Formats: sequence, structure tokens, C-alpha cells
Amino acid sequence: MSSTFDTVANIIAETCDIPRDKIKPESHAINDLGIDSLDFLDIAFAIDKAFGIKLPLEQWTQEVNDGKATTEQYFVLDNLCASIDGLVAAKGA
Amino acid sequence: MRLEYFQLIDRIDELDLVGRTIKAQAQVPETSTIFEGHFPGHPLMPGVLLIESMAQTSGWLIIGITGFARMPFLAAVKEAKLRTFVAPGQRLSLRASLLHDGSGYAITKAAVDVEGKTVAESEITFRVMAFPDPKFRTSMSEVAQRIGFPMEASTHG
Repeated sequence: MSSTFDTVANIIAETCDIPRDKIKPESHAINDLGIDSLDFLDIAFAIDKAFGIKLPLEQWTQEVNDGKATTEQYFVLDNLCASIDGLVAAKGA
Repeated sequence: MRLEYFQLIDRIDELDLVGRTIKAQAQVPETSTIFEGHFPGHPLMPGVLLIESMAQTSGWLIIGITGFARMPFLAAVKEAKLRTFVAPGQRLSLRASLLHDGSGYAITKAAVDVEGKTVAESEITFRVMAFPDPKFRTSMSEVAQRIGFPMEASTHG
């Protein structure tokens, strides 16, 4: 069974045509991989489907805009995967 | 259908908030200045307007699902297929279903049929956000009334 990171990295590689080996756990989806907000919708759709969750993109965006969170907290892939794992665990609880 | 005003839906026939589907209809006008240029001597409903008609149909579905609280804005059109010409005077049957209700976005699959045959289809992505202005929502509710949008389904569904 592949890890959350492998699944997310494969989704990003396929959705955004980014070489898989350039996608690292420490990569920032926006700053390092150059993924824009529209492309991120495709990624979110694929992640939502793959994990049976609903990434709270609106809440994250609001928190970043309000200065209550940094983009690193949500869009560095390690952190994104931790959020996904948390949502999956909450779903099963 | 009033092409020049981007009013591409005449009537909503069915809004199923449980099944997350919608059906609507529209009559392509016999005459329009658009047909003078598209194309001289061979008037055709522009493909981009067929796509817009699918987007508007999908949009009403999303508005219904959100209880008329949020507005969908067109963000992406994928796998759009325009299978055959649509001529002035033809009646369009439009349908859409919700593929995914995401956080701040939604994805639909929509199609246009003419006389039982699918003439266009697409997967459409919308950003979904609060109405940016109360006047905007008011004007949308006026359009909703005109095209038979079931406000009660949206409120209580």
C-alpha cells in the first residue's frame, strides 16, 4: 500500500505534468512546484476522490489571508499529507 | 434564449437536489446578430455558447445545492465535445449532474441534446463563493423566477 505522500506526489505529477522525481516531501506546492490555484483545484479533486475526504481549501485560504496561518502550513507536501491523514482518521473515527 | 444578453436558459424543467441533477431547456433563436457573423450564409449556434449553456445549467444546479447562498464562477472546461452543428430555431435539452462538491469549488458533467441526440458535452469546474454583492444575488433571483427555478427546493431541499 502506497504512502499518502506517494499518492499525492503521483497525483501532482499526473495532474500538473511535473516530473515525479522533482516532487519531494519538503516541496512547497506553490513556491517550489509552481502550482497555481486553478491547478490546485484539480489536485484537490483527485485527493478528495483518492482519500474520500474534502480538503478544507476555503478554510485554509481564509486563514492564510487573515494572517492566521502560513502557506507553508498547508502547502508544503509533508504538511499537506499530515492534513490528509488527519482528515482520513477523523472520517474513520 | 437571448444570446446578446447571455441568457442561454429558457426554463428549468427539473432540479433534483438529492440526485444532484438538473434538466433545462432553451430555444435557439431564429435570428440574432451573432448569426450574421457566425457564419455568413451558414448560421450556427457558436460552440462557445453551447459550452456556456452547459455552464449556466450546471450553475443553477450548484446554486440550488447551496440553497441560493453561493455563486458558481466558471473556472475550467474539460473534454468539451461539440458533436454536430446546432442551427437557429433548434430546441436544446440541457442536463447536468454534480460530479464533486469540493471546498470552494464544484465539478459537473453536462450535456446538450437536440431531438434526443447528444450534440455537446463537457466536464466543467466552478469556483463557488459567496455572492460578492447583494444586488448580484437579487438579480440572480429575478432570473431564477423567470426561468422557473424552484426556490422552495433550494430552500428546503
